[in-house]
Amino acid sequence: MTKIIKPAVSGTLESSDIMVTIEPNGEPGLKIKIKSSVDMYYHEAILNTIKNTLEELEVKDANISVVDKGALDCTIRARVITAVRRAQAQDDNAAKGAN
Amino acid sequence: MMFLPGNNPNLIMNGALLGADSIILDLEDAVAPDQKDAARDLVKSALENFDFGNCEIIVRINSLDTPFWEEDIEQILPLLPDIIMPTKVSDKAYIHELTAKMDEVEAKNNIPAGKIKIIPLLETALGIENAFEIATASKRIEAIYLGAEDLTADLRCKRTKEGAEILYARGRLICAARAAGIEAYDTPFTDVEDLEGLERDANFAKALGFTGKAVISPRHVEIVNKIFSPTMAEIEHAKDVYRAIKEAKAQGKGAISLNGKMIDAPIVMRAKIILDNAIAIGLDIGDDE
Repeated sequence: MTKIIKPAVSGTLESSDIMVTIEPNGEPGLKIKIKSSVDMYYHEAILNTIKNTLEELEVKDANISVVDKGALDCTIRARVITAVRRAQAQDDNAAKGAN
Repeated sequence: MMFLPGNNPNLIMNGALLGADSIILDLEDAVAPDQKDAARDLVKSALENFDFGNCEIIVRINSLDTPFWEEDIEQILPLLPDIIMPTKVSDKAYIHELTAKMDEVEAKNNIPAGKIKIIPLLETALGIENAFEIATASKRIEAIYLGAEDLTADLRCKRTKEGAEILYARGRLICAARAAGIEAYDTPFTDVEDLEGLERDANFAKALGFTGKAVISPRHVEIVNKIFSPTMAEIEHAKDVYRAIKEAKAQGKGAISLNGKMIDAPIVMRAKIILDNAIAIGLDIGDDE
């Protein structure tokens, strides 16, 4: 099982992107909150992509909130993967990149 | 060849629709250091799930002096991009270090050895001086590509639209590529709004011998494609050359002429290159050749 140990964010608020915020959850389970410019048509599809990606990554307990700007499935998937990896990381990714 | 920032889903997903023969998914300069992981995940997901049609896929990776390049290779190679573009390539040792890693990742993923090709980006004074040894450092190398922005910083000169400061580098790079039997690609014209300047610059690059030119804006694709594609007049002349050779052979003639001019080996080679290029970009050259 993948443990979420700290809050993390990935993605942007630009068109065709999605910003994913993930945090440790005090209680068991996944809480997923979606805000989307295309929510009326694609809420279920976005939710399923997030759930499936979290399942593949074996994340069982976390709070996830997303702000979607019309991202395709592969973008949603990529942003969730990045957020989960950052939420697991002990070191500071930014500090590594600054070298 | 059009550059697309590796962390921009909007541009990546529309990349195949913008008219370029190749798209370069950029993990290097277009991505902030703290977003390298996000760009890699996005490019990876796009390559796994997205149909880029007939576009050749090039991934520009981070330089070997950064902590990112090995992860770039490990994550991206299994998704079979056509080409990897290493940056700030300075000598053959650089290529050997890269290809050793590519060999290892290809073997681990059951990819035929040497399947994924390389277009090194030469953008340092040392890289330009070592252009021929770089061009011949590996069978994976299909072309070499000039990067003028970093080069002019390294040369400590100002980058201008006229490009006098990169004339030597352009000439040396083309000469090295042709001597090695590979292609040469020119640096982008970086003023997105100046389309006349782009046309002048691209015409000059073609006249020097470049195969093509990279662009950083979709607005530049049409002009660059037009300039680097063979014209109908060039195609017709190339076909006339082949017809003249055929007729001369049929008549048992040793010397061949066309419109009063002798046809010698360089003319035949130029005709062949024009017809090969026309076929490669999908132009109809007729079925009589």
